[in-house]
Amino acid sequence: MAVKTASGAPAALPAGATAQPGKKGFWAWLNRRMPLDEFIASQLTGYYAPKNFNIWYFFGSLALLVLVVQLLSGIYLTMFYKVGEGSSFDSVEYIMREVDYGWLIRYLHSTGASAFFIVVYLHMYRALLYGSYRAPRELLWLIGMLIYFALMAEAFMGYVLPWGNMSFWGAQVIVNLFGTIPGIGPGLVEWIRGDYAIADATVNRFFAMHVALLPLALLLLVLLHLVALRQAGSNNPDGIEIKEKLGPDGHPLDGIPFHPYYTVKDVVGVGVFGVLFAIVVFFVPTLGGLFLESPNFEPANPLSTPEHIAPAWYFTPYYAILRAVPDQRLGALLLVLAVALFLFLPWLDRSPVKSMRYKGWMSRTALALFTVAVLVLGYLGLQPAQGLYVMLARLFAVIYFAYFLLMPIYTKLDPVKPLPERLTYHAH
Amino acid sequence: MRTERAGWSWLAAALAVLVLAQGAAAAEEAAGAKEGAKEAGKSGADWQSWHANTNVTDMPSVQRGARNFVSYCLGCHGLKYERWSRLGTDLSVPPELLQKQLLPPGDKSTDYILTTMPSKDADSWFGKTPPDLTLMARARGPNYLYQYLKTFYVDPSRQTGANNLRLPATAMPDVLSELAGLKRAVFRDDMVKGEGGQFIHQQVFDHFETLAPGRLSETEYDQFVRDTVNFLDYVSEPTQAARRALGVWVVLFLLVFTWLAWLVKREYWRDVH
Repeated sequence: MAVKTASGAPAALPAGATAQPGKKGFWAWLNRRMPLDEFIASQLTGYYAPKNFNIWYFFGSLALLVLVVQLLSGIYLTMFYKVGEGSSFDSVEYIMREVDYGWLIRYLHSTGASAFFIVVYLHMYRALLYGSYRAPRELLWLIGMLIYFALMAEAFMGYVLPWGNMSFWGAQVIVNLFGTIPGIGPGLVEWIRGDYAIADATVNRFFAMHVALLPLALLLLVLLHLVALRQAGSNNPDGIEIKEKLGPDGHPLDGIPFHPYYTVKDVVGVGVFGVLFAIVVFFVPTLGGLFLESPNFEPANPLSTPEHIAPAWYFTPYYAILRAVPDQRLGALLLVLAVALFLFLPWLDRSPVKSMRYKGWMSRTALALFTVAVLVLGYLGLQPAQGLYVMLARLFAVIYFAYFLLMPIYTKLDPVKPLPERLTYHAH
Repeated sequence: MRTERAGWSWLAAALAVLVLAQGAAAAEEAAGAKEGAKEAGKSGADWQSWHANTNVTDMPSVQRGARNFVSYCLGCHGLKYERWSRLGTDLSVPPELLQKQLLPPGDKSTDYILTTMPSKDADSWFGKTPPDLTLMARARGPNYLYQYLKTFYVDPSRQTGANNLRLPATAMPDVLSELAGLKRAVFRDDMVKGEGGQFIHQQVFDHFETLAPGRLSETEYDQFVRDTVNFLDYVSEPTQAARRALGVWVVLFLLVFTWLAWLVKREYWRDVH
């Protein structure tokens, strides 16, 4: 195979970047009008990524893949979906039954929503493991969090569109959270709903947000996320900067060009992800009520409350925190805090090292407890809020917040291990 | 050679994933079959664990269920998202037979399957409009429907004279009693631990007693309900059989694709040291 070695890798940066002026043909014609070669050289073949990426590094490209799946399947769905109190539910069933392969497109979209959160959560968890939010990547992390917020809004509004009974009551619960804001609360809720109840006006405006405003915001934010990544460079499982050890060719000694090395590697990740995704889409599209809930196969009915109102699984840790607090206003405040605290991570972490590999037992225990807390809270959010469940939710909510609020202390006291000079990498 | 060995392990992994995907569905059915066999002949004490054991690829059963539905359910319940023609195609009912046996007089085969009962009348007769059943098997689950149709009992305190264990105080009369017969529910007084920890008396269902046999034997009625629920399961997602069939090929393709992608990746990464 005609691939150059990593150290003597293509000295492509600006060589391939300048369109050879003497060269003829369509590609040269294009390059005189648009910096295509330059773009490929700077973004792919000349972008050097650390060579020791492990399995945690697949989820960025997978998130991009799921975004594309959601955009394409979503556009197809809008061709048949008819928004409105009296037509939303029926048109979804029309898609499921009478549109050719409509069921497939709909299951791709509904499974894609959950898959989006799975890959984004794993992507974020990677950052917690290896300190990818630390300087010089604070802005990269903040933009990522904005993507996460936009995704939450996108998923919530998309959840309302099929206008099933859980759509209706979920919207009722979430929108009413805004009513706990002192003073402007009640007026704000009315403004969001556009009516005195969750109704036709609500589902129409949610549709507008879901198919136009939020996807545009997501695309813009993803673009900014990539731009910021190219500037700071990728972190790695060792949490050391490869840019500090440059070779004679000016490229990082421990870096390899993103293309072809990581493009071919990411395609393998796409394959594995695709298999798992297809198993859900074709064999268990509802995933036992987690990806599509049973009450949502009944049309929205303001007179019949589902037995347990639970949001989609990706919001349940926050929902458990909300319900753990007896005071509704305080509960809503803690919910917002639980989401917003991620924004402060770059400044809460005072450890001299970035990666969990070189952090000590305190940071490791804290992350382990936090992981357990999120999983338990996620489970509790799906259960009825009563008895032991509420007590457990309170206990794990305290652990959840302690992870963030005590971070400046335990990361400072933590005995860390010495950092290596170069990346830890064993060729296979 | 290493590549060959890796190739075999890939094939093994591919098969394992397929077996897993199919296994989940098969295991569920097997578990259901076991429970189904156990429950026949019992007095109903374990009704909450009855399993509908539906299988939408069992075409004769789905066809019988469709016939049952038209004869016994359609008078009050519609299937407003399913067209007659769709039912005919999916259940391999020839058009003439569909026209003659199933279609209500005056309906076109492209019409949706609607009940003729005016909802205003239904409302005044039963206190509520009988729900459309297209998606009921997805909303409540086949087991729910199976248990519902098998736990009607005589209750003179109800306006309809009937009550139900699955849906207590149901508005629906026991319309299948002609087939299933009439039964009485025997309750026993039980001590149950209440909210505050104190013990309270509670009426707990113990077993059914047959008051009058119906036209069908117990086994025949069980089959009748199973077929009907099987049909409702099909109606709730008419594409489900096609979905699973297509899924096998998609997963197989993706496994081969992943294997090839992995070979390419390994080749490229040979020179990363």
